[in-house]
Amino acid sequence: MSAPGTFQFCARLLHRQLLLAVRRPIDIGNPLLFFVMVVALFPLGLGPAPEKLADFAPGVLWITALLSNLLTSDTLFRSDFDDGSLEQLLLAPQPLYLSVLAYMLAHWLTTGLLLAVVAPVFAVMLSLPMAALGILVTSLLLGTAVLSLLGGIGAALTVGLKRGGMLISLLILPLYMPVLIFGSAAVEAAVSGVPAGPYLAILGAMVCLAIALAPLAVAAGLRISIDA
Amino acid sequence: MPTNSAGTPLLAAQTLSLVRGGRALFRDISFAVHAGQLWQIEGPNGAGKTSLLRILCGLARYGFEGRVQRPAPQLYLGHHAAVKGLLTPRENLAWHVSGADRYANEQIESALVRVGLYGYEDVPSHTLSAGQQRRVNLARLFLSSAPVWLLDEPFAAIDKEGVVALETLLEEHVAAGGAVLMTSHQAVQVNCEVRVLDLAGSVV
Repeated sequence: MSAPGTFQFCARLLHRQLLLAVRRPIDIGNPLLFFVMVVALFPLGLGPAPEKLADFAPGVLWITALLSNLLTSDTLFRSDFDDGSLEQLLLAPQPLYLSVLAYMLAHWLTTGLLLAVVAPVFAVMLSLPMAALGILVTSLLLGTAVLSLLGGIGAALTVGLKRGGMLISLLILPLYMPVLIFGSAAVEAAVSGVPAGPYLAILGAMVCLAIALAPLAVAAGLRISIDA
Repeated sequence: MPTNSAGTPLLAAQTLSLVRGGRALFRDISFAVHAGQLWQIEGPNGAGKTSLLRILCGLARYGFEGRVQRPAPQLYLGHHAAVKGLLTPRENLAWHVSGADRYANEQIESALVRVGLYGYEDVPSHTLSAGQQRRVNLARLFLSSAPVWLLDEPFAAIDKEGVVALETLLEEHVAAGGAVLMTSHQAVQVNCEVRVLDLAGSVV
Protein backbone atom coordinates (compact mmCIF):
# COMPACT_ATOMS: atom_id res chain seq x y z
CA MET A 1 0.00 0.00 0.00
CA SER A 2 1.25 3.45 -0.80
CA ALA A 3 -0.18 6.91 -0.51
CA PRO A 4 -1.62 8.09 -3.81
CA GLY A 5 0.34 10.75 -5.66
CA THR A 6 -0.81 14.32 -5.49
CA PHE A 7 -2.36 14.43 -8.93
CA GLN A 8 -3.93 11.04 -8.54
CA PHE A 9 -5.47 12.22 -5.30
CA CYS A 10 -6.77 15.39 -6.97
CA ALA A 11 -8.29 13.32 -9.78
CA ARG A 12 -9.93 11.15 -7.13
CA LEU A 13 -11.35 14.21 -5.35
CA LEU A 14 -12.61 15.62 -8.65
CA HIS A 15 -14.27 12.32 -9.52
CA ARG A 16 -15.81 12.15 -6.05
CA GLN A 17 -17.17 15.69 -6.16
CA LEU A 18 -18.60 15.25 -9.64
CA LEU A 19 -20.26 11.97 -8.66
CA LEU A 20 -21.75 13.63 -5.58
CA ALA A 21 -23.09 16.43 -7.78
CA VAL A 22 -24.55 13.98 -10.30
CA ARG A 23 -26.25 12.05 -7.50
CA ARG A 24 -27.88 15.27 -6.32
CA PRO A 25 -29.01 16.72 -9.65
CA ILE A 26 -31.03 19.40 -7.85
CA ASP A 27 -27.73 21.07 -6.89
CA ILE A 28 -26.74 21.25 -10.53
CA GLY A 29 -30.22 22.27 -11.63
CA ASN A 30 -30.80 25.05 -9.09
CA PRO A 31 -28.37 27.66 -10.47
CA LEU A 32 -29.49 26.91 -14.02
CA LEU A 33 -33.16 27.29 -13.09
CA PHE A 34 -32.35 30.49 -11.23
CA PHE A 35 -30.57 31.79 -14.33
CA VAL A 36 -33.53 30.91 -16.54
CA MET A 37 -36.11 32.45 -14.23
CA VAL A 38 -34.25 35.70 -13.63
CA VAL A 39 -33.43 36.20 -17.31
CA ALA A 40 -37.10 35.59 -18.09
CA LEU A 41 -38.04 38.39 -15.66
CA PHE A 42 -36.29 41.09 -17.66
CA PRO A 43 -38.54 41.13 -20.75
CA LEU A 44 -41.47 41.29 -18.32
CA GLY A 45 -40.01 44.21 -16.40
CA LEU A 46 -38.39 46.16 -19.24
CA GLY A 47 -41.00 45.48 -21.88
CA PRO A 48 -40.57 43.16 -24.86
CA ALA A 49 -39.12 45.74 -27.30
CA PRO A 50 -36.20 43.89 -28.97
CA GLU A 51 -33.90 46.95 -29.32
CA LYS A 52 -34.22 47.82 -25.66
CA LEU A 53 -33.59 44.20 -24.56
CA ALA A 54 -30.58 43.94 -26.86
CA ASP A 55 -29.12 47.02 -25.19
CA PHE A 56 -29.37 45.47 -21.76
CA ALA A 57 -28.66 41.86 -22.77
CA PRO A 58 -24.88 41.72 -22.07
CA GLY A 59 -25.29 43.17 -18.59
CA VAL A 60 -28.39 41.16 -17.78
CA LEU A 61 -26.82 37.85 -18.80
CA TRP A 62 -23.62 38.56 -16.93
CA ILE A 63 -25.27 39.78 -13.72
CA THR A 64 -27.61 36.80 -13.70
CA ALA A 65 -24.77 34.35 -14.30
CA LEU A 66 -22.84 36.01 -11.48
CA LEU A 67 -25.74 35.78 -9.06
CA SER A 68 -26.49 32.15 -9.85
CA ASN A 69 -22.81 31.37 -9.24
CA LEU A 70 -22.98 33.23 -5.94
CA LEU A 71 -26.05 31.19 -5.01
CA THR A 72 -24.09 27.94 -5.11
CA SER A 73 -20.73 29.02 -3.72
CA ASP A 74 -21.91 28.59 -0.14
CA THR A 75 -22.39 24.84 -0.70
CA LEU A 76 -18.80 24.26 -1.84
CA PHE A 77 -17.44 23.00 1.50
CA ARG A 78 -20.66 23.01 3.57
CA SER A 79 -21.55 19.31 3.50
CA ASP A 80 -17.94 18.23 3.95
CA PHE A 81 -17.71 20.49 6.99
CA ASP A 82 -20.92 19.12 8.47
CA ASP A 83 -20.00 15.44 8.16
CA GLY A 84 -16.35 15.77 9.18
CA SER A 85 -14.83 15.05 5.77
CA LEU A 86 -13.20 18.46 5.77
CA GLU A 87 -11.17 17.63 8.88
CA GLN A 88 -9.88 14.54 7.14
CA LEU A 89 -9.04 16.52 4.01
CA LEU A 90 -6.96 18.96 6.06
CA LEU A 91 -5.07 16.04 7.61
CA ALA A 92 -4.31 14.47 4.22
CA PRO A 93 -0.61 14.31 3.39
CA GLN A 94 -1.20 15.80 -0.06
CA PRO A 95 -0.93 19.60 -0.43
CA LEU A 96 -4.21 21.32 0.39
CA TYR A 97 -3.54 23.87 -2.36
CA LEU A 98 -4.20 21.29 -5.07
CA SER A 99 -6.99 19.51 -3.20
CA VAL A 100 -9.07 22.67 -2.91
CA LEU A 101 -8.28 23.45 -6.55
CA ALA A 102 -9.91 20.12 -7.42
CA TYR A 103 -12.97 21.08 -5.37
CA MET A 104 -13.27 24.41 -7.15
CA LEU A 105 -12.75 22.82 -10.56
CA ALA A 106 -15.64 20.45 -9.79
CA HIS A 107 -17.73 23.46 -8.76
CA TRP A 108 -16.94 25.27 -11.99
CA LEU A 109 -17.72 22.22 -14.12
CA THR A 110 -21.15 21.88 -12.51
CA THR A 111 -22.08 25.59 -12.53
CA GLY A 112 -20.02 27.94 -14.69
CA LEU A 113 -19.50 25.56 -17.58
CA LEU A 114 -23.20 24.68 -17.76
CA LEU A 115 -24.21 28.36 -17.47
CA ALA A 116 -21.92 29.21 -20.38
CA VAL A 117 -23.49 26.40 -22.40
CA VAL A 118 -27.11 27.46 -21.82
CA ALA A 119 -26.47 31.23 -21.98
CA PRO A 120 -26.65 31.52 -25.83
CA VAL A 121 -30.25 30.26 -25.81
CA PHE A 122 -31.29 33.07 -23.49
CA ALA A 123 -29.10 35.56 -25.28
CA VAL A 124 -31.20 34.89 -28.37
CA MET A 125 -34.31 35.36 -26.27
CA LEU A 126 -33.01 38.82 -25.26
CA SER A 127 -32.23 39.45 -28.95
CA LEU A 128 -28.49 39.74 -28.47
CA PRO A 129 -26.89 39.86 -31.95
CA MET A 130 -25.73 36.45 -33.19
CA ALA A 131 -22.24 37.79 -33.77
CA ALA A 132 -21.75 38.31 -30.03
CA LEU A 133 -22.76 34.78 -28.95
CA GLY A 134 -19.27 33.31 -29.29
CA ILE A 135 -17.76 36.09 -27.20
CA LEU A 136 -20.54 35.69 -24.63
CA VAL A 137 -19.75 31.99 -24.18
CA THR A 138 -15.99 32.57 -24.04
CA SER A 139 -16.29 35.42 -21.56
CA LEU A 140 -18.62 33.34 -19.37
CA LEU A 141 -16.28 30.34 -19.49
CA LEU A 142 -13.34 32.46 -18.33
CA GLY A 143 -15.31 34.69 -15.98
CA THR A 144 -17.21 31.96 -14.12
CA ALA A 145 -13.91 30.17 -13.48
CA VAL A 146 -12.74 33.29 -11.62
CA LEU A 147 -16.09 33.47 -9.85
CA SER A 148 -15.82 29.85 -8.68
CA LEU A 149 -12.29 30.44 -7.38
CA LEU A 150 -13.28 33.65 -5.56
CA GLY A 151 -16.45 32.02 -4.27
CA GLY A 152 -14.26 29.32 -2.78
CA ILE A 153 -12.52 31.94 -0.63
CA GLY A 154 -15.83 33.16 0.73
CA ALA A 155 -17.04 29.60 1.27
CA ALA A 156 -13.87 28.66 3.14
CA LEU A 157 -14.12 31.67 5.43
CA THR A 158 -17.80 31.23 6.24
CA VAL A 159 -18.08 27.44 6.34
CA GLY A 160 -17.81 27.41 10.13
CA LEU A 161 -20.84 29.69 10.49
CA LYS A 162 -24.31 28.21 10.68
CA ARG A 163 -25.80 30.84 8.41
CA GLY A 164 -23.02 32.08 6.20
CA GLY A 165 -25.19 32.77 3.15
CA MET A 166 -25.57 36.51 3.61
CA LEU A 167 -22.04 37.07 4.85
CA ILE A 168 -20.51 35.26 1.89
CA SER A 169 -22.36 37.63 -0.47
CA LEU A 170 -21.00 40.67 1.34
CA LEU A 171 -17.49 39.20 1.36
CA ILE A 172 -17.12 38.20 -2.24
CA LEU A 173 -19.45 40.47 -4.23
CA PRO A 174 -16.84 43.28 -4.23
CA LEU A 175 -14.34 40.79 -5.63
CA TYR A 176 -16.81 39.78 -8.34
CA MET A 177 -17.07 43.34 -9.66
CA PRO A 178 -13.97 43.40 -11.88
CA VAL A 179 -15.09 40.14 -13.47
CA LEU A 180 -18.50 41.62 -14.20
CA ILE A 181 -16.99 44.81 -15.63
CA PHE A 182 -14.67 43.06 -18.07
CA GLY A 183 -17.08 40.21 -18.83
CA SER A 184 -19.96 42.42 -19.86
CA ALA A 185 -17.56 44.85 -21.57
CA ALA A 186 -16.31 42.00 -23.75
CA VAL A 187 -19.85 41.21 -24.87
CA GLU A 188 -20.66 44.92 -25.38
CA ALA A 189 -17.57 45.23 -27.52
CA ALA A 190 -18.64 42.28 -29.65
CA VAL A 191 -22.11 43.79 -30.05
CA SER A 192 -20.74 47.14 -31.23
CA GLY A 193 -18.19 45.50 -33.54
CA VAL A 194 -15.10 46.49 -31.58
CA PRO A 195 -12.48 43.72 -30.96
CA ALA A 196 -13.29 41.92 -27.71
CA GLY A 197 -9.86 40.31 -27.48
CA PRO A 198 -8.35 42.75 -24.95
CA TYR A 199 -11.24 42.20 -22.51
CA LEU A 200 -10.98 38.44 -22.88
CA ALA A 201 -7.24 38.68 -22.32
CA ILE A 202 -7.83 40.53 -19.07
CA LEU A 203 -10.35 37.88 -18.01
CA GLY A 204 -7.75 35.23 -18.87
CA ALA A 205 -5.20 37.05 -16.74
CA MET A 206 -7.72 37.11 -13.89
CA VAL A 207 -8.16 33.34 -14.24
CA CYS A 208 -4.38 32.83 -14.01
CA LEU A 209 -4.10 35.10 -10.99
CA ALA A 210 -7.06 33.44 -9.27
CA ILE A 211 -5.68 29.94 -9.91
CA ALA A 212 -2.37 31.00 -8.42
CA LEU A 213 -3.65 32.84 -5.35
CA ALA A 214 -7.21 31.75 -4.51
CA PRO A 215 -6.26 28.20 -3.37
CA LEU A 216 -3.79 29.71 -0.88
CA ALA A 217 -6.55 31.87 0.59
CA VAL A 218 -9.01 28.96 0.55
CA ALA A 219 -6.55 26.63 2.29
CA ALA A 220 -5.83 29.25 4.97
CA GLY A 221 -9.54 29.98 5.36
CA LEU A 222 -10.38 26.31 5.80
CA ARG A 223 -7.68 25.85 8.43
CA ILE A 224 -9.03 28.84 10.36
CA SER A 225 -12.63 27.65 10.03
CA ILE A 226 -11.76 24.15 11.25
CA ASP A 227 -9.63 25.50 14.09
CA ALA A 228 -12.29 27.84 15.42
CA MET B 1 3.13 11.42 33.87
CA PRO B 2 5.14 8.38 32.79
CA THR B 3 7.48 9.42 30.03
CA ASN B 4 10.35 7.01 30.49
CA SER B 5 10.47 4.35 27.80
CA ALA B 6 13.12 3.24 25.38
CA GLY B 7 13.32 4.31 21.75
CA THR B 8 12.06 7.40 19.97
CA PRO B 9 8.41 8.16 20.59
CA LEU B 10 5.80 8.00 17.82
CA LEU B 11 4.14 11.08 19.23
CA ALA B 12 5.41 13.48 21.85
CA ALA B 13 3.77 16.41 23.59
CA GLN B 14 5.67 18.93 25.64
CA THR B 15 4.08 21.22 28.23
CA LEU B 16 0.72 21.51 26.51
CA SER B 17 -1.63 24.03 28.07
CA LEU B 18 -5.03 25.08 26.85
CA VAL B 19 -7.23 27.88 28.11
CA ARG B 20 -10.78 28.03 26.76
CA GLY B 21 -13.17 30.80 27.69
CA GLY B 22 -11.02 31.96 30.60
CA ARG B 23 -10.83 28.46 32.09
CA ALA B 24 -7.70 26.33 32.07
CA LEU B 25 -8.67 22.97 30.58
CA PHE B 26 -5.26 21.43 31.09
CA ARG B 27 -1.88 22.78 32.04
CA ASP B 28 1.67 21.64 31.31
CA ILE B 29 0.85 18.17 30.07
CA SER B 30 3.89 16.31 28.76
CA PHE B 31 3.90 12.76 27.53
CA ALA B 32 5.44 10.56 24.88
CA VAL B 33 3.59 7.81 23.10
CA HIS B 34 5.81 4.90 22.11
CA ALA B 35 5.24 1.92 19.88
CA GLY B 36 3.14 -0.74 21.57
CA GLN B 37 1.33 1.59 23.93
CA LEU B 38 -2.36 2.21 24.40
CA TRP B 39 -3.30 5.47 26.05
CA GLN B 40 -6.71 6.41 27.29
CA ILE B 41 -7.47 10.07 27.86
CA GLU B 42 -9.89 10.42 30.73
CA GLY B 43 -11.80 13.29 32.19
CA PRO B 44 -15.36 14.48 32.66
CA ASN B 45 -17.34 16.20 29.90
CA GLY B 46 -15.72 19.47 28.99
CA ALA B 47 -12.33 18.45 30.36
CA GLY B 48 -10.71 19.07 26.97
CA LYS B 49 -10.29 15.51 25.68
CA THR B 50 -11.40 16.31 22.16
CA SER B 51 -9.44 19.57 22.19
CA LEU B 52 -6.31 17.66 23.20
CA LEU B 53 -6.78 15.14 20.37
CA ARG B 54 -7.30 17.94 17.86
CA ILE B 55 -4.10 19.59 19.05
CA LEU B 56 -2.23 16.30 18.79
CA CYS B 57 -3.41 15.57 15.24
CA GLY B 58 -2.72 19.13 14.08
CA LEU B 59 -6.26 20.37 13.39
CA ALA B 60 -5.99 22.94 16.16
CA ARG B 61 -2.98 25.10 15.42
CA TYR B 62 -3.49 28.17 17.54
CA GLY B 63 -4.73 29.06 20.97
CA PHE B 64 -2.67 26.57 22.93
CA GLU B 65 0.79 26.54 24.40
CA GLY B 66 3.38 23.83 24.14
CA ARG B 67 4.82 21.70 21.38
CA VAL B 68 3.73 18.53 19.63
CA GLN B 69 6.09 16.31 17.68
CA ARG B 70 4.59 13.96 15.13
CA PRO B 71 7.37 11.85 13.63
CA ALA B 72 4.97 9.09 12.55
CA PRO B 73 1.92 9.17 10.25
CA GLN B 74 -1.34 9.43 12.13
CA LEU B 75 -4.92 8.38 11.65
CA TYR B 76 -7.43 10.61 13.37
CA LEU B 77 -11.07 9.60 13.74
CA GLY B 78 -13.17 12.41 15.14
CA HIS B 79 -16.72 12.75 16.40
CA HIS B 80 -18.09 13.00 12.88
CA ALA B 81 -18.17 9.88 10.78
CA ALA B 82 -16.87 11.64 7.63
CA VAL B 83 -19.15 9.33 5.64
CA LYS B 84 -20.92 10.80 2.62
CA GLY B 85 -24.54 9.72 2.50
CA LEU B 86 -24.67 9.80 -1.28
CA LEU B 87 -21.71 7.47 -1.68
CA THR B 88 -21.77 3.77 -0.90
CA PRO B 89 -19.52 2.45 1.90
CA ARG B 90 -17.18 1.05 -0.74
CA GLU B 91 -16.88 4.42 -2.49
CA ASN B 92 -16.52 6.22 0.81
CA LEU B 93 -13.49 4.12 1.66
CA ALA B 94 -11.98 3.93 -1.81
CA TRP B 95 -12.09 7.70 -2.39
CA HIS B 96 -11.60 8.84 1.13
CA VAL B 97 -10.60 12.49 1.39
CA SER B 98 -7.89 11.70 3.91
CA GLY B 99 -5.76 10.57 0.97
CA ALA B 100 -3.85 8.01 2.99
CA ASP B 101 -3.71 4.90 0.88
CA ARG B 102 -4.99 3.27 -2.24
CA TYR B 103 -6.88 0.11 -1.49
CA ALA B 104 -7.77 -2.86 -3.60
CA ASN B 105 -11.41 -3.86 -3.76
CA GLU B 106 -10.75 -7.03 -1.75
CA GLN B 107 -9.13 -5.02 1.05
CA ILE B 108 -12.16 -2.76 1.29
CA GLU B 109 -14.53 -5.72 1.22
CA SER B 110 -12.69 -7.55 3.98
CA ALA B 111 -12.56 -4.38 6.09
CA LEU B 112 -16.30 -3.92 5.69
CA VAL B 113 -16.87 -7.58 6.57
CA ARG B 114 -14.82 -7.13 9.71
CA VAL B 115 -16.92 -4.18 10.87
CA GLY B 116 -20.06 -6.22 10.23
CA LEU B 117 -21.23 -4.49 7.08
CA TYR B 118 -21.20 -7.51 4.79
CA GLY B 119 -23.92 -7.03 2.19
CA TYR B 120 -23.99 -3.26 2.67
CA GLU B 121 -20.99 -2.49 0.44
CA ASP B 122 -23.00 -1.01 -2.40
CA VAL B 123 -26.03 0.62 -0.80
CA PRO B 124 -26.09 4.41 -0.41
CA SER B 125 -24.69 5.29 3.01
CA HIS B 126 -27.63 7.51 3.91
CA THR B 127 -29.77 4.38 4.20
CA LEU B 128 -27.47 3.07 6.96
CA SER B 129 -28.11 3.76 10.62
CA ALA B 130 -25.92 6.13 12.64
CA GLY B 131 -24.07 3.19 14.18
CA GLN B 132 -23.50 1.59 10.78
CA GLN B 133 -22.14 4.85 9.41
CA ARG B 134 -19.70 4.99 12.29
CA ARG B 135 -18.72 1.42 11.45
CA VAL B 136 -17.93 2.51 7.89
CA ASN B 137 -15.60 5.05 9.43
CA LEU B 138 -14.09 2.44 11.75
CA ALA B 139 -13.38 0.24 8.73
CA ARG B 140 -10.60 2.72 8.00
CA LEU B 141 -8.78 1.30 11.01
CA PHE B 142 -8.64 -2.10 9.28
CA LEU B 143 -7.22 -0.50 6.14
CA SER B 144 -4.86 1.99 7.70
CA SER B 145 -1.13 1.57 7.76
CA ALA B 146 -0.58 4.59 9.99
CA PRO B 147 1.17 3.60 13.23
CA VAL B 148 -0.48 6.20 15.45
CA TRP B 149 -4.23 6.14 15.92
CA LEU B 150 -5.98 9.07 17.55
CA LEU B 151 -9.53 7.98 18.27
CA ASP B 152 -12.20 10.27 19.66
CA GLU B 153 -14.92 8.20 21.35
CA PRO B 154 -14.57 5.24 18.99
CA PHE B 155 -17.16 3.23 20.94
CA ALA B 156 -19.95 5.80 20.58
CA ALA B 157 -23.08 4.34 18.92
CA ILE B 158 -21.37 0.94 18.51
CA ASP B 159 -23.12 -2.19 19.81
CA LYS B 160 -21.60 -4.67 22.28
CA GLU B 161 -20.16 -7.09 19.72
CA GLY B 162 -18.77 -4.16 17.81
CA VAL B 163 -17.02 -2.87 20.91
CA VAL B 164 -15.46 -6.29 21.53
CA ALA B 165 -14.27 -6.51 17.90
CA LEU B 166 -12.84 -3.01 18.16
CA GLU B 167 -11.00 -3.82 21.38
CA THR B 168 -9.49 -6.88 19.70
CA LEU B 169 -8.36 -4.69 16.83
CA LEU B 170 -6.76 -2.19 19.20
CA GLU B 171 -4.91 -5.05 20.90
CA GLU B 172 -3.64 -6.33 17.56
CA HIS B 173 -2.53 -2.88 16.49
CA VAL B 174 -0.64 -2.28 19.73
CA ALA B 175 0.92 -5.75 19.60
CA ALA B 176 2.05 -5.08 16.03
CA GLY B 177 4.03 -2.06 17.16
CA GLY B 178 1.42 0.63 16.70
CA ALA B 179 0.21 3.11 19.24
CA VAL B 180 -3.31 4.16 20.18
CA LEU B 181 -4.45 7.28 21.94
CA MET B 182 -8.16 7.32 22.56
CA THR B 183 -10.86 9.00 24.55
CA SER B 184 -13.63 6.92 26.00
CA HIS B 185 -16.00 7.15 28.91
CA GLN B 186 -16.08 3.39 29.33
CA ALA B 187 -13.31 1.10 30.50
CA VAL B 188 -11.36 -0.55 27.68
CA GLN B 189 -11.16 -4.34 28.06
CA VAL B 190 -7.86 -5.26 26.49
CA ASN B 191 -5.07 -7.69 27.33
CA CYS B 192 -2.41 -5.04 27.40
CA GLU B 193 -1.49 -2.20 29.65
CA VAL B 194 -3.77 0.83 29.36
CA ARG B 195 -1.98 4.02 30.28
CA VAL B 196 -4.33 6.67 31.56
CA LEU B 197 -3.93 10.35 30.95
CA ASP B 198 -6.28 12.03 33.37
CA LEU B 199 -7.03 15.58 32.29
CA ALA B 200 -9.02 16.36 35.43
CA GLY B 201 -5.84 15.93 37.48
CA SER B 202 -3.62 18.14 35.36
CA VAL B 203 -5.10 21.43 36.42
CA VAL B 204 -3.72 22.54 39.75
